[in-house]
Amino acid sequence: MNQVVQVEKFRKSYGTTIAVDSISFDVQEGEIFGMVGPNGAGKTTTIECLEGLRRPDSGLLRVLGMDPQTESHTLRILTGMQLQQSNLPERMKVWEALDLYSSFYPKTANWEQLLFQLGLEEKRNSYFSKLSGGQKQRLFIALALLPDPQVIFLDELTTGLDPQARHAIWDLIRDIKLKGKTVLLTTHYMEEAERLCDRVAILDHGRIVALDSPEALIRTMGAEERIVFSIDGVLPASFEQALVGVGRLEVQRERVVVHGNVGLKVPLVSEVVTLLTSSGVKFQNLRTEQSTLEDVFLKLTGKEMKE
Amino acid sequence: MKSLFKMTWMEAKLFLREPIGAFFTLVFPLMMLFLFGSIYGNKPTSLFNGLGTIDISVPAYTAMIIATTGLLGLTITMSAYRENGVLRRLRTTPISPLLVLVSQVIVLFLMTTFGMVLLIIAGKLVYHIHFYGNALNVILGFILCSLSFFSLGFVLAGLMPTARTAQVVGMVLLYPMLFLSGAGFPRELLPEAIKNISVFLPLTYVVNLLRGLWVGEAWSHHTTDVIVLASILITGILVSIKTFRWE
Repeated sequence: MNQVVQVEKFRKSYGTTIAVDSISFDVQEGEIFGMVGPNGAGKTTTIECLEGLRRPDSGLLRVLGMDPQTESHTLRILTGMQLQQSNLPERMKVWEALDLYSSFYPKTANWEQLLFQLGLEEKRNSYFSKLSGGQKQRLFIALALLPDPQVIFLDELTTGLDPQARHAIWDLIRDIKLKGKTVLLTTHYMEEAERLCDRVAILDHGRIVALDSPEALIRTMGAEERIVFSIDGVLPASFEQALVGVGRLEVQRERVVVHGNVGLKVPLVSEVVTLLTSSGVKFQNLRTEQSTLEDVFLKLTGKEMKE
Repeated sequence: MKSLFKMTWMEAKLFLREPIGAFFTLVFPLMMLFLFGSIYGNKPTSLFNGLGTIDISVPAYTAMIIATTGLLGLTITMSAYRENGVLRRLRTTPISPLLVLVSQVIVLFLMTTFGMVLLIIAGKLVYHIHFYGNALNVILGFILCSLSFFSLGFVLAGLMPTARTAQVVGMVLLYPMLFLSGAGFPRELLPEAIKNISVFLPLTYVVNLLRGLWVGEAWSHHTTDVIVLASILITGILVSIKTFRWE
């Protein structure tokens, strides 16, 4: 496994605001690496310094072993980028954008094929301004893939897209990984990081507060399971007493949530169902909820991820 | 080279797809020509030293096209590209910012030339305009005037914080200048006091030079014009390099 991206003790501040406070991580060849965190956590600053668009204050940044500041020309040939805020001229057509950008690189992927892969062939003659948000993002992914890059940077890829478009883009990113490319992305959707990334770095206030695979993070930090059900009437006191030692009870009118630890001898769900049955409580819509990265974030930072 | 060609071709298509830019460069000057032609005709008059209204209007309207493309077309395109993130997207590729600027200059120069050619054709066919100059001198003068005003456009695009202010400032500079410099209508018709103001307007020197070369005056008659326009060009290039921003 080769290191594709290397970040060591990287710092960047704007005036008196510290955007990134000495972070270190690396990205291995062929993985999808995600930086997650709320707005202002330092994700975009990090990715833009790696792209050579901004200058770091201190620390070591390497992409494919090269310095993004001094070797930016070579790196721009070898990497693909999708930026958080960028545009094409309104009246540029989809095919024209791909054709034009193809001429910027010494060697490119076949853009006709990219058009097809990204489901844009029907839009090839549409003006950029007439595309939907999802179509624009797909076009930007196509442009990022145009130089047939070894590593691709995606900044806030699915922000502002509806869930359907978001899922379609996730599939595209998985395809990119299958082709052996390395992906470094930022997102403030925890679900996106969880579903898409091999490893995630959770950023908050310019620091990495956790870094591991989503599963490992949830296993070690979000060691909680929830049993959710609804009832008619009130819970008998006997049920509440019996629950002590099993889990924490939370009642929101007819909706009841039992919080408990995972990895117990008897699974939480069977314990709860047994207790409910023995107490004679009629319940409906019982389901279990696993911890998510969202819970991990809450636990790490004491606050919820909000957009 | 391939990317410069593609970029220039693309920008030319974009220019023609933007109705307002194409209108002011290609259509509006013709409308002015036909309007004043229908009022005054092209009879020789002593006011214009034995030339007709249309004879002197063709080089004057050419100056108008140069000023409009330079101060409005170029300024609006460049500042909007920067504001909307078009330049930001280009910056992630290996191309140089110079490519963007050069292709912009080529396209606007070609469109300005096209606008002038339309004026000449219409003037020739409808009003039988007279030309006493040397074609090569007129072309050289036209190139100097165009580049000088384009560099002003880049300066404006670089200095103005937003596309909106760039557009407003461009218009505020352009419209009074069109009328006071003799580009929109003959300076001979202006009162003395206003003629004095025109000394301070860069467009005046474009009108002087083009009208002079059009009737065959020598370059030596126009050293002031050439010095002023060349200084604007050089200062403009230096300032626009200093003030160029990707975002």
